[in-house]
Amino acid sequence: MKMDARPPVLGADALHVSVGRRDVCRALDFTLQPADTLVILGRNGAGKSTLLHTLAGLRAPAGGAVLLSGQPYAAWPRGHEACLRGLLAQSQPDFFSATVLETALVGRHPYLGRWDWEGPEDEAIAMAALEQMGLAGFAERQVPTLSGGERQRLAIAALLVQQPRLYLLDEPLAHLDLHHQIQVLEHFAMLAAGGAGVAMVLHDINLAARYASHVLLLDGEGGHAFGRAAEILTAPRLSAAFGHPLRAVQDGDAMLFVPC
Amino acid sequence: MTMADPLPLAAAVAERASAPRLHALRRHRAVLALAGLVTAALAAFAWALTAGALPVSGDAVLAALVGAGGSMEADIVRTLRLPRAVAAFACGGLLALAGALMQVLLRNPLADPYVLGISGGAAVGALGAILAGLGGGWIDASAAIGALGATLLVFGLAHGDGSWTQTRLLLTGVIVAAGCGAAVALMLSLAPEGRVKGMLFWLMGDASSATRPWPALLLLVLGLVAVLPFARELNLLTRGEVTARALGVRVGRLRGLVYGLGSLLTAVAVTTIGSVGFVGLIVPHLVRLAIGNDQRLLLPAATLAGGVLLTVADTAARTVVAPIQLPVGVLTALIGVPVFLFLLARHPR
Repeated sequence: MKMDARPPVLGADALHVSVGRRDVCRALDFTLQPADTLVILGRNGAGKSTLLHTLAGLRAPAGGAVLLSGQPYAAWPRGHEACLRGLLAQSQPDFFSATVLETALVGRHPYLGRWDWEGPEDEAIAMAALEQMGLAGFAERQVPTLSGGERQRLAIAALLVQQPRLYLLDEPLAHLDLHHQIQVLEHFAMLAAGGAGVAMVLHDINLAARYASHVLLLDGEGGHAFGRAAEILTAPRLSAAFGHPLRAVQDGDAMLFVPC
Repeated sequence: MTMADPLPLAAAVAERASAPRLHALRRHRAVLALAGLVTAALAAFAWALTAGALPVSGDAVLAALVGAGGSMEADIVRTLRLPRAVAAFACGGLLALAGALMQVLLRNPLADPYVLGISGGAAVGALGAILAGLGGGWIDASAAIGALGATLLVFGLAHGDGSWTQTRLLLTGVIVAAGCGAAVALMLSLAPEGRVKGMLFWLMGDASSATRPWPALLLLVLGLVAVLPFARELNLLTRGEVTARALGVRVGRLRGLVYGLGSLLTAVAVTTIGSVGFVGLIVPHLVRLAIGNDQRLLLPAATLAGGVLLTVADTAARTVVAPIQLPVGVLTALIGVPVFLFLLARHPR
């Protein structure tokens, strides 16, 4: 791991998150350094999205603090946090039609003043992001004409346009085919290598093992395990967390997890 | 700390050789659309001021407007046709703007200014005043009180448990509107013969009695100026609440603004001219099809288009089967229903 003088991208300090009376996590402490990739794993309803929204500053924690680039959200000037962290939401509603380019351009919102319009630079950024997500020829298409996977890549492109320091991704692989799953994960690995922080909710344990530097495993009852990926991703821990037996299979240097 | 880390996206942007122009092109089209709508508004006013039982020439209209001449023609233009045309234009604009705002607020393309029960409340107030034998200003005041009451009722009920979801707001509004509809039907059935016609005219929308149209026009301008600074945030709201909040939009405050402003605009329109249907539903959709769903253009364009439509409909309402005056609400609905069905069939969403 390279040394970095900048503050950690994200930190949780004795973080307590709950939904209603149910705890998602208690006394969670971690820091995400530049170039780290955190994968959050847990069964359905464990509160992964709730935790991600809390980390994004959209939801007040029940206790403890979330630190974005070393400061609590409240300490950042209003609106500036959107230049530092981006969130890929789980669903992308399209009640009204818009073009692909317009949709990608929403990522420029934090950088524009109240009366500003998107200029040629903004459009160049959006076009480059669309290109990176394999949507180069789609700029003028209407969003409702896209497939589910294309819409997901468009949402990711809009997030890339935002150019934050911290990427929070809620199931970024939803609706994506195998090729695009790997392409998207490789892209975020490249961003992390360039100094960004990535925290994402995934369901595929083997992809988590391949791309995560750190793993946060939620047990669904308020308990958690956090650590380096190799430390947390073990068959006994995963079997307990998912309530389904798994076994580990060695494949060269990599470890694969297969449900029994 | 520097904000912009050297991200690969920057390199990809730098590599792009051709300068993108798509956005500039679209904006050019939009400016053309707005210019066209302003021209259409002037044409609609010209028709509204010249046409009628006593045709007035364009020169005479101009003379009357600048205050010259005390002829009967000038008098008709100044005291009858101009207030009526201004009322129709202002209320058409108010309803179209309110409709566009409600569609974004409720994230529902079928929302219109009346969906939250505002026109129902106004109708109950106005018909109650007519039933009680009150006239003129009392009907307007009573309609305003009814609209305000319905707004507060829907807001209070939908806000009840703190969660302010679109579905809850929509359902509450629809239920309150249904209740108002029942009250209106009850009043119509109880009313003495002589008052039923006045009540029906109020319900269908009628610009002939609008003698004080200037507050509506002033509010239209103020409302548009108030909402335009938030238009890009409204664009984000159509992308979903979580995404909008993650991009720095204060969604709660924005929704409150849109709800309050939309209600106020609707209440003033309904008080001035009655419950004119379909302008608030059709016009935003028509404009969206023509220039897209960027609220920064959609809101001013829908405002202009709504004003034009209602001015034209009102002028037609008093001229096509003259001397009989048709209720303008019937004409907008007659134009609106086929246009809307055509749009739905063409754009299956």
